[in-house]
Amino acid sequence: MMRPLVTLLGLVLLWQLIVTLFALPPYILPPPHAVALAFIKRGDVLLTEATVTLAEMLLGLAFGALLGAMAALGLLASQTARRWLLPVIVASQAIPVFALAPLLVLWFGYGMASKIVMAMLIIFFPVAATLYDGLRRTEPGWLDLAQVMTANAPRHRHRILLRIRLMAALPAFASGLKIAAAVAPIGAVIGEWVGASAGLGFLMLQANARVQTDLMFAALIALALCAVALYAAVDHLSRRLLPWQADTHVLK
Amino acid sequence: MTLPLSSSSPSPPPALQLRGHGFSYGQHAVLAPFALDLRARETVAILGPSGGGKSTLLKQVAGLLPGLETPVAETVAWMAQQDLLLPWASIRENVLLGARLRGEQPDIARAESLLRRLGLSAWMDAYPAALSGGMRQRAALARTLMEDRPLVLMDEPFSALDAITRAAMQELACELLQDRMVLLVTHDPAEACRIADRVLLLAGHPAQLRPVTDFAMPAPRDPLSPAVLPALRLIHAALQEPLP
Repeated sequence: MMRPLVTLLGLVLLWQLIVTLFALPPYILPPPHAVALAFIKRGDVLLTEATVTLAEMLLGLAFGALLGAMAALGLLASQTARRWLLPVIVASQAIPVFALAPLLVLWFGYGMASKIVMAMLIIFFPVAATLYDGLRRTEPGWLDLAQVMTANAPRHRHRILLRIRLMAALPAFASGLKIAAAVAPIGAVIGEWVGASAGLGFLMLQANARVQTDLMFAALIALALCAVALYAAVDHLSRRLLPWQADTHVLK
Repeated sequence: MTLPLSSSSPSPPPALQLRGHGFSYGQHAVLAPFALDLRARETVAILGPSGGGKSTLLKQVAGLLPGLETPVAETVAWMAQQDLLLPWASIRENVLLGARLRGEQPDIARAESLLRRLGLSAWMDAYPAALSGGMRQRAALARTLMEDRPLVLMDEPFSALDAITRAAMQELACELLQDRMVLLVTHDPAEACRIADRVLLLAGHPAQLRPVTDFAMPAPRDPLSPAVLPALRLIHAALQEPLP
């Protein structure tokens, strides 16, 4: 707990040193205390806009993860889906999602929907790819054992999927979710930059236009805090989902 | 070349007849057609070199591979070389896995009783990662017994254990599986001599099944005891014969 605080303090000191040494004007690089002051004075605005961005990130993460998980299960279940969809999904990653942002704003409007879709598109692939990989790599011995236990009866296959394949793929899914949590803010903020009426990205553009660099920095820090909170929440959820991977192996 | 049975009583009729059509991986035939009759409460060991088709034969009997004339998948329980315990489930839940997969009401009391009998009463709520290799294999044995099937297929189940734990596990398996038919695949002649009633050899290209020796004494037995040594010699001689 102490180490991140010491690192943070070191970075703030370095920031102050750069401002002092190079005598930078506040509209280029405001000193840390000016940003802290903007944080306090405009706290209500930052909180309102951060709530919008956080909601976009959370909803994008939830829907993107759901869509990714459904795609992974669909790919596992259907050979036709693998043949037709897998190449399309992989090729789709060659298109920069940011290039789609103006289109998404056009189709889904200036509200939250376009940002949520943007975050979803970014989140979908890491979740789908990691979960599908996890589902494919189930230990063959477990599947053999399950087949013997169920005498290969098709009516029990859904239980093998739920109790073995999905459980075995959970660590891979958790890794995908962590990557998704790290990229979710990118989707939300890019969407806000292209066209929005609220959110931290929108606030940053507004502050930039008014040369309120201290407020821009404050919004940036608020965004970083949102991203860290989201990552920490997903990390915590992963630990809850995978208790057998924790340091302590005894349940009680 | 078969060691004569010390008892001259006629063999009881087989309780289970296994007839296999053989098996090929693509163009490569690994297993020749086979006929294997199992008597009630009999433990049959199949010996053979690594990669010689032993696991293929066992998988065919288990229904994991096609080619058995009359499938017996619903009568078998399976114990593999790895314990195959699910790392996310407690030991108790691992033992109940079969019932859970079949959507049956699990008999928790029986599972706990089996675990107590196997010396795992303190570990029922633990994850498999907390257990030693021997304890994990005991849990796998409990899971196999929990299935309550007449035929138990064992694919080198103790080969990954140290010598002392292996001997203890062999003794335990003999005690707990004495009411079932057991088909044990192993590459260890001493293990076959210790627990099997009959030893078969699976060798050749494609692998053919042929009898080597019968034992008419209770198991587990000391493979170095004078009564067992001739059988052990016979097995070693059979293993060194040129492959057909």
